[in-house]
Amino acid sequence: MKTLILSFLITASFSFVKIGEDLNKLPSATLKKLNGSKINSNTFSNDGKPIIISFWATWCKPCKKELDAIAENYPEWVKETGVKLIAISIDDAKTSGKVVTDVKLKGWEYEIYIDENQDFKRAMNVNNVPHTFIINGKGEIVWSHNSYSDGDEDVLYENIKALIKGEKLKH
Amino acid sequence: MACNIRNGFVLIVVFLLISFTFFSQEGTSNITESIHGNFQIDGQYYIEDSTIGAPKVPEKFLSNVFGNINYIKGDFSAGIRYEAYNNVRQGFDARYKGQGIVNKFARYKTDLLDITIGNIYEQFGSGLMFRTYCEPGLLYDNSLDGISLISSPKKGITLKGLAGKQRYFFENGPGIIRGFDGEINVNELFDSLFGNKKTKIIFGSSLVSKYQSDLDPNLNLPQNVATYGGRINLIRDAFNFSTEYAYKINDPSADNKFSYKSGEVIFTSISYAIKGLSFLLQLKRVDNMSFRSDRNEGLQSLLINFLPATTKPHTYSMLALNPYATQLKGEIGLMGEIQYKIKKGSLLGGKYGTELTFNFSQANGLNQIPVKDSLTAMTFYKTNYNDIGEGYYHDFYIEINKKFSKEWKATFAYSNQFYNRNIIQFGTANEGYQSLVSNIGVVDISYKYKSTGSIRLELQGLFAEKQDMITNSNLVGKGNWATALLEWTPNGNWFVAIFDQYNYGNPESSSRIHYYLGTFGYNKGSNRISLSYGKQSAGIFCVGGVCRTVPASNGLTISITSSF
Repeated sequence: MKTLILSFLITASFSFVKIGEDLNKLPSATLKKLNGSKINSNTFSNDGKPIIISFWATWCKPCKKELDAIAENYPEWVKETGVKLIAISIDDAKTSGKVVTDVKLKGWEYEIYIDENQDFKRAMNVNNVPHTFIINGKGEIVWSHNSYSDGDEDVLYENIKALIKGEKLKH
Repeated sequence: MACNIRNGFVLIVVFLLISFTFFSQEGTSNITESIHGNFQIDGQYYIEDSTIGAPKVPEKFLSNVFGNINYIKGDFSAGIRYEAYNNVRQGFDARYKGQGIVNKFARYKTDLLDITIGNIYEQFGSGLMFRTYCEPGLLYDNSLDGISLISSPKKGITLKGLAGKQRYFFENGPGIIRGFDGEINVNELFDSLFGNKKTKIIFGSSLVSKYQSDLDPNLNLPQNVATYGGRINLIRDAFNFSTEYAYKINDPSADNKFSYKSGEVIFTSISYAIKGLSFLLQLKRVDNMSFRSDRNEGLQSLLINFLPATTKPHTYSMLALNPYATQLKGEIGLMGEIQYKIKKGSLLGGKYGTELTFNFSQANGLNQIPVKDSLTAMTFYKTNYNDIGEGYYHDFYIEINKKFSKEWKATFAYSNQFYNRNIIQFGTANEGYQSLVSNIGVVDISYKYKSTGSIRLELQGLFAEKQDMITNSNLVGKGNWATALLEWTPNGNWFVAIFDQYNYGNPESSSRIHYYLGTFGYNKGSNRISLSYGKQSAGIFCVGGVCRTVPASNGLTISITSSF
């Protein structure tokens, strides 16, 4: 048994070294749209421009703070960089009914999907919300950040701009 | 035997991984591959503290650890999760002992066909009949070890089928589960007719059956128990209506004291939302609906279905001190919420607008009317739709969310809660506690003093209107509480917080204790480490419709999460 685990880990680490960051594609998971139909996460696209994926929940205060903070400048961000934000709610049946009411109340103009049984959350290895990712124009995960504190949205936007200019991203 | 199967599975996964890796190293494939994973370590060094009732822990240090590694190549993915408890932390089920690979899967997913073998997480509808999921931080994992097939033969149709056994600590439970679910999205299926219609209609239906052999010498127990039901979701403009009903045939179990009565549940949600205004109403009625793959189990173990609580989940500690969970045996619950955003630029709205939330939730038992039935029927009781029983819980909640300027933000909240401790915490009316009625106030102010630096202050008070004083002298209610939290985030990477929860109103003067806690944390990218030192009061955590009590503790806690 131990040998097997070891061989798995060795294989995994070799693969990881070989792959590097540039092939870190989005995994595939089925999500629910607010109109009830389904979408696969591997179809997320933004015409070669960056995408922000933000995991949140209706009961998560820092998550809503982050999405509110971004919303204040979102039209500007879109205009300047063409970035698109996809907000993934991990609310389960207990609170998933509240996703649409919160989104409308706040007037968020993001793409909103519900990950009701957290398939996408698991596939993206998200431990806790909020967890935010930047996806480059080729659909690869190039940056991620767990938790939110005031001002993190500025760091996020600096990185979006750096990505477009081809500069190195910072945490 | 189970262990051999597990080894065999790991062998297959390793073989697939190696072959895929070699295959791609030859450079013949354009399909991208990747490895993702995450780790979480929660450890605590315990100090015995008789003043708060923190017991002596022989191991001194206890830890919960897990790690996931997932491999993805095109439509194929595989992964394992390793868990280790040396030993499991206080407050969790002590049967989590030892370590091992508790989760492994291989999956091939295309739009037409999605096959998974191994540990499966799946949900039918809102989960009233079937939901397997994982909350690793809470040690909740009822995954189905087996096979699942999902197919979408035509746009608008989704069919799901699965079979297997559920995870039970480091083994599998005894019962076999078989499930089938079908869903039709009318607008997508009949695209030419309804594709452009404003009203969206989605239907679904499920059947879930469990098998457990009857080894009881006295009772003639049903070996196969089925639940079945249907759901509908209607969406039009700002309206959203969904309802689901499930029926369960007789399922004598430890939960229902081996009653042969059937079970049922209905869960309905109606919402209306436009920019700046929203309404939400949820209704639920549960009668004898605990559904487990082992009829003798209790607590969080081997639950097949998920019965969501229709109460507002709170995150402020005083509001969440007495949380509610759905009573699987029977309850009727209602929650209504109105949210309104006062426009920017108006007198009350100010420069940034003001958000108001009103929420009311209530849960009551069902009156059980005794039935004198024959020795073969043994239903023991019946319930009626119009016969509502004693109060279990209510929460009347008001929240004001206000941003005053670029620097200042605040949240003000008030809640009036009724908490039936006998039922919610102990599941029986005869524990001797009186119900608690409390008024709770919260003020949360944050000040952003530079672009990435902020200070946050939380002040909370819980005022027991009616003490949960006890008729039995061994049990003492806790009375009033005050809580303060001060958090400093000098930049996006660091944070420091001090927290004091003071039980100043405890009827026992020797129990008027400060539960102080200092926390220090560091974040970078997807890595987070935090250290806390201090006392934590006994609390209740609810998950999967079941609450458990976490004992008081004193000591040093370390928590590390990381993902890649």
